[in-house]
Amino acid sequence: MAEEVILLDFWPSPFGMRVRIALAEKGIAYDYKEEDLKNKSPLLLAMNPVHKKIPVLIHNGKPVCESLIAVQYIDEVWHDKSPLLPSNPYERAQARFWADYVDKKIYDLGRKIWSTKGEEQEAAKKEFVESLKLLEGELGDKPFFGGQAFGFVDVALVPFYSWFYAYETCGGFSIEAECPKLVAWAKRCLLRESVSKALPDPEKVHGFVLELKKKFGVE
Amino acid sequence: MAGKVVLHGMWASPYSNRVELALKVKGIEYEFVEEDLTNKSETLLRYNPVHKKVPVLVHDGKPIAESLVIIEYIDETWTDGPRLLPQDPYERAKVRFWAGFCQQQLFEAIITVVKTDGEAQERAVKEVHEKLKVLEEGIKGNYPEGSLFVNGDSVGLLDIVVHSILGAHKVHEEVLGVKFLDPEKYPRVTSWVTALTEFPLVKEAAPPHEKMVGFLQFFRARALKSATA
Repeated sequence: MAEEVILLDFWPSPFGMRVRIALAEKGIAYDYKEEDLKNKSPLLLAMNPVHKKIPVLIHNGKPVCESLIAVQYIDEVWHDKSPLLPSNPYERAQARFWADYVDKKIYDLGRKIWSTKGEEQEAAKKEFVESLKLLEGELGDKPFFGGQAFGFVDVALVPFYSWFYAYETCGGFSIEAECPKLVAWAKRCLLRESVSKALPDPEKVHGFVLELKKKFGVE
Repeated sequence: MAGKVVLHGMWASPYSNRVELALKVKGIEYEFVEEDLTNKSETLLRYNPVHKKVPVLVHDGKPIAESLVIIEYIDETWTDGPRLLPQDPYERAKVRFWAGFCQQQLFEAIITVVKTDGEAQERAVKEVHEKLKVLEEGIKGNYPEGSLFVNGDSVGLLDIVVHSILGAHKVHEEVLGVKFLDPEKYPRVTSWVTALTEFPLVKEAAPPHEKMVGFLQFFRARALKSATA
C-alpha cells in the first residue's frame, strides 16, 4: 500500500522542525505544505480543529497533532529504522520526561526574551539560561541526550538552536558563553542531514522575529 | 515483574491519584509515601530535583516523575494485566492527544476557577465550558461507538486522566457553586465520567467526598489570600 504522508508546517516553527527531523531520520517521503498562519488552510482547520495549529502530520488521511505525539507516532509506525526512543522502559521514561521539560520551559521563556524588555526580559533570560544549564547537566559528557545515538530529546530540543541567535540578539547575551557544551551538542546534531535540512538559517529566524516584534509593537 | 515499587504522592493530588489508579488497574503492589507538600522531604527533593513535585514513582530505587510519563512507564513495564494504552500507534496518538488536551486545557481552566473569584472566575468558568464542549465533540468524533471506556471494559490512561480532572465534579459543585457536568450540554462526557466514578476500582480509590470538600475549600482560600497579598 502506498504511504501518503503530508506535513502541515510553518518554516520557523521549532515544533514543525521536530517532525521534519523525525521524518528525515526515518527516510520517509512526504509532502511539505507551508501554512500561512494569518490565513489558515481549510485542510489545517479540518485536520486540527481543536488547536488549529501546526505541525500536523497526516498519514494516509489521518491527522496526528502535537509535535512530540507526532514524533512518537513516527517512531512507532516506522519502527524498523533509526529508533528515536530507547527500547528500555526506564530510559524511555527519562526521554519523555526531558522532552516534556523542554516543552514546559524553552518556547515560553524564549518568547519572553524577544517580546519583553526591562525586568521581565531579565527574569526570562535568567530562567532560560538556568533551564539550558539544567539540560546541559543532563547531557553531561554524552554525545547525545540518549547516549551514543541521536534520539527523542535531541529531536525535541535542537530546533530551538535555530532561534538562539534571535534570542541572543534581542536579549543581549551569549548562549554559547553560558552553555558551551550545549552549543557544541547542537553543532554535533547539525552534522546530521536530517537536522541541517530541517533547521532554517538563524539569521532568517532573526529577521522573522524582528517582523513579529514590529507587529506586536515591541521595540 | 519483580522489584520494589514506592509511590511518593499526596492523597488530594489529582496527579498522584492518577498513578495510584494505574497501579491498581495493573494489580501492582506498592508502598505509598504521603508527602507533606508544605514541607517536602529530602527523599522527594532527591528523587525529583527538577520539579520537586509529586507524584514520583520509584521502581527498584529508580525514580520517574510526571504522571503521564509514569503511567506510560507502568504500562510498558508491567505487561500482564490490562493495557493502559492501545496497541495501535494511531489510537495511541489519539489517547496521548486527548490526555494532553484534558491536562493542559481543561484542567488548567478548572484550576483557574478554583483559584479566582469575581470577573476572573467568570471568565475561567466560561473557558471550562468551552473546553468541555471541545471534549464532547472530540469523543463524538473519535470514540463514536460509545463504549463505556476508551479502553473497552477496563480503565486506561485517558479514562484515568479524565477521572482525575472531572471525577470530583460534585466536590467542585459544592465548593465553587458551579456545575460543570451538564448532562444536556455534555451527554457523552457526563456518562463517561459517571461510569468511571462507579467503576469498582475507581470508587474504592477515591478519597471521601467530605475530605475532598474540606481540602478544596482550604486550597481555594489559600490561593485567594495569596493573590491579594
